[in-house]
Amino acid sequence: MHRFANPARFLSIAKPLTPVLFWPGLLLALGACWWGLTQVPAERLQGDTVKILFVHVPAAWLGMAGWSGIAIASIVQLVWRHPLAGVSARAIAVPGAAFAAICLITGSIWGRPAWGTWWVWDGRLTSMLVLFFLYLGYIALTNASSEKGSVSRTAAVFGIIGAVNIPIINRSVVWWESQHQKASITLSGSSIDASYLWPLLVAAVGFSMLFGAIVLMRMRTALAEIRIEARMRRMAEE
Amino acid sequence: MKPKHQRLAITLTALVALIGAALLAASALREEASYFYTPTTLAETKPPAGKAVRLGGMVQAGSVKRAADGLSVAFTVRDQKAEQKVVYKGITPDLFREGSGVVADGALRADGVFAAETLLAKHDENYVPRELKDIDMKAAEHSKDTLAE
Repeated sequence: MHRFANPARFLSIAKPLTPVLFWPGLLLALGACWWGLTQVPAERLQGDTVKILFVHVPAAWLGMAGWSGIAIASIVQLVWRHPLAGVSARAIAVPGAAFAAICLITGSIWGRPAWGTWWVWDGRLTSMLVLFFLYLGYIALTNASSEKGSVSRTAAVFGIIGAVNIPIINRSVVWWESQHQKASITLSGSSIDASYLWPLLVAAVGFSMLFGAIVLMRMRTALAEIRIEARMRRMAEE
Repeated sequence: MKPKHQRLAITLTALVALIGAALLAASALREEASYFYTPTTLAETKPPAGKAVRLGGMVQAGSVKRAADGLSVAFTVRDQKAEQKVVYKGITPDLFREGSGVVADGALRADGVFAAETLLAKHDENYVPRELKDIDMKAAEHSKDTLAE
């Protein structure tokens, strides 16, 4: 673990890894969307509306995975004081917020024809909206510190506290069963027919790779900014 | 104890305590979920005509009658004991089907018919292609049972 905490070593790995994640990820995500939109049969009750599944579900997973990543990075930052932990948490926040927003928007578009409403204050919808607001709060908090490189400890504490919402999102459909259906994919299996499940899994892998590539890009940008700042300070002192 | 281990212990204890507290609070609230009248409770309480009410139940099989204008629809919502006639004007959700659940926002009219302003339908966790629905419904039902266990 310590080997990768060294920013120079991290950069030497991250630089070649970024395109390796980005281009195949883009290809898989677009390919899965094409597959899902054109090749998949209509669903027994919803017809073609079901096809929004291939964007909505990966976005929901990544929105939640993003905050889980922020929480883990925050713990590493507070406990081990790794220089990269805070940088990675900050890098996750923006794509995490974007995927949470995509999940909410596609869910709303799906809800209108399928359920009969754009929005309802159901447990799952509300807790997902809370996750989106937590992301916005986290981004505001990390941008509030004037120095680019310094990763505030307040943000790390906020990242850990916000993680409380993740198991709540997961359990929301069981505790407050009102509008959103229960989980289709659980540890014991899937109740999604194979013709939908495969493009969904491919889309999830593709979007995850894109997510990883964006996080690496943002981390490299942040590290470059830290170096610029350090060099400027040195020049000013000379 | 090294300071690093101390920090780890404090952070993990705080995380576990936080998540535990939030989950306890959230699960205590879960009984609040019953938020609509069923046909039975509607018949028992008889809210005055015009009062905004939410009604939930199953759409009785064979009861859905669509009017010639293509928008108006009349149907019966039932639970185990009672039935309630409902009228609605608008586009029904894709998942609005005979035999499946529906939640309607609206009010009772003076003649005892429930006039719905919005209709909400629910989806279950099964996704089955149209051409497979007859064969696969058994499998889907089966997987639903195993998931519930």
